[in-house]
Amino acid sequence: MAVTTGAKKPKRRGWQARAEAFNAYVFMSPVILGLLLFTLGPMIISLALSFSDYNLLNDFQLIGFDNYVKLFNEELFWQSLRISAIYSVVSVPLGLTIALFLAILLNKKIRGIYVFRSMYYLPTVISGVGVAMLWKWIFNGKHGIINNVLGMVGVKGPNWLLDEQWALFALIITSVWGVGGTMLIFLAGLQGIPFELMEAAEIDGANRWSQFRHITLPLLSNVTFFNLVLGIIGALQYFTDAFVITGGGPNNATLFIAVYLYRHAFTYLNFGYAAAISWVLFLIVMLLTLLVFRSSPLWVFYESERKAK
Amino acid sequence: MQSILRTLRTRSGQQRIIDIASVIVLTVGAVIILIPFFWMISTALKQNGDVFLVPPQWIPTNPKWENFSIAFAQLKLDVYAFNTFFIVTTVMAGTLLSASFAAYGFARLQAPGRDTIFMLLLATLMLPGAVTLVPTYLMFNTVGWINTYLPLTIPAFFGSAYFVFLMRQFYITIPRELEESAMIDGASVYRIWWSIMLPLSGPVLATIAVFTFVGTYNDFFNPLIYLSDESKRTIAVALSYLSGSPRSVAKMNLLMAAVTLSIIPPILLFIGAQRYFVRGIVTTGIKG
Repeated sequence: MAVTTGAKKPKRRGWQARAEAFNAYVFMSPVILGLLLFTLGPMIISLALSFSDYNLLNDFQLIGFDNYVKLFNEELFWQSLRISAIYSVVSVPLGLTIALFLAILLNKKIRGIYVFRSMYYLPTVISGVGVAMLWKWIFNGKHGIINNVLGMVGVKGPNWLLDEQWALFALIITSVWGVGGTMLIFLAGLQGIPFELMEAAEIDGANRWSQFRHITLPLLSNVTFFNLVLGIIGALQYFTDAFVITGGGPNNATLFIAVYLYRHAFTYLNFGYAAAISWVLFLIVMLLTLLVFRSSPLWVFYESERKAK
Repeated sequence: MQSILRTLRTRSGQQRIIDIASVIVLTVGAVIILIPFFWMISTALKQNGDVFLVPPQWIPTNPKWENFSIAFAQLKLDVYAFNTFFIVTTVMAGTLLSASFAAYGFARLQAPGRDTIFMLLLATLMLPGAVTLVPTYLMFNTVGWINTYLPLTIPAFFGSAYFVFLMRQFYITIPRELEESAMIDGASVYRIWWSIMLPLSGPVLATIAVFTFVGTYNDFFNPLIYLSDESKRTIAVALSYLSGSPRSVAKMNLLMAAVTLSIIPPILLFIGAQRYFVRGIVTTGIKG
């Protein structure tokens, strides 16, 4: 067998490989076209636009770094960066912690645990405008359910969405409601931890905290990494809830960078300026992702390392 | 031996207490998660005047079930539901076809640059959509697609990174023998993809279908920027316009009835296809 194919191969390999490559490109063609048409092409155009004053009135004309200079001198731009930063710094770690905590509870072998799993995942299936409007009503200062419950225990709740101090906080609360997706990824990770490892630790007399600290957490670190990267990217692009629930208000207290971008692109039709905002956002996301990737050898533990040792 | 048994016994005793505590915590959490839904339905069933009672009625004394039909008719939900389902089915067809087709190339056929293209594709998962937003919009504007469903549906036919990845991971697990015997019978790679790989991919296709459904159904941003005619709006966009109108607070019961109706399709899908939701996340490949 080996001899016959060995003799045949050199002759056939040429045209066969070429035919195979041709077919491969045909199969990959939607993806290649998609990358060119909807990702790489637009990215390059977006970069070019960001150096132009293109809008509804002006034709395309290069103006150098003017958009960026204007952007960095704009108070509202810094405000939007600040809001997105606060939101990310609070909601991402908070979401990860709650998701991990829930995943650990939901990983137990208890009867009816599947019902709980579904319930906690449910909000992620219906995220969207409807739920955003529901939150708007829940946070209503006078008739909303949150202030009514607070009133029962004698606390006078703030007028959440109309109060500059509280509006962002209200949006963070709504984000926690949707941790189901992150929770499920953690749960999948937990189920990949070999049971024998826990058993061995138990026999060695490790208590629950040190089991968690020295086995669960390190073995889950690649899942945490995945969730962290996606969490940061998601938080920095946060749009729908802010747009529907607060519209960026009150007095720009929830002006997320994506909302700011939307205003310039589709309300003022300042396409060049909006492209500049999007490139700043892109660079921030890339920088953060790179930072997380760079830091990962310090805290992410891979299975292969364990096998190597 | 004795001491080991004793430790085990106390361990299992501890376990019991922890289990009970877990169930209590999970129940409290589940109640917190379900309260918004309860509040939504409770508001939807109220008379207009009862919505603003202080303290609020948790269970409406005189439930007005007709609020649902009034909301449905007044908000022309039938029109928006039709638009939404048209978009959702087209996007589903496009996503399933393109993802399964492209993934076969990545999984089975050799070609120079294949892996580079694949890495590039995966890198787009980390790309903020905002950076391509403006040029993409201008591009669709140039070809005259604004206020049509084309910008919302056509991109689905060009493969979505995550789903191509999911399909490829699945194809890799299929034994090659199946294809080899077909190849000996003279079947082309396209035929093999269509009549061997696709029929085996049922569960993965179902997973992609449910995620596409939910993502497209709930999508707000794209229909918001691309559709301008009121008659072309999707459910999500139509709802958002209600929230902005000054009358919205006055008709909170009808608004909540509309919201309730709007979340029925994804909830039904979730109940019917739960295992596919779970599978989609579990097979992300993060474990390996």
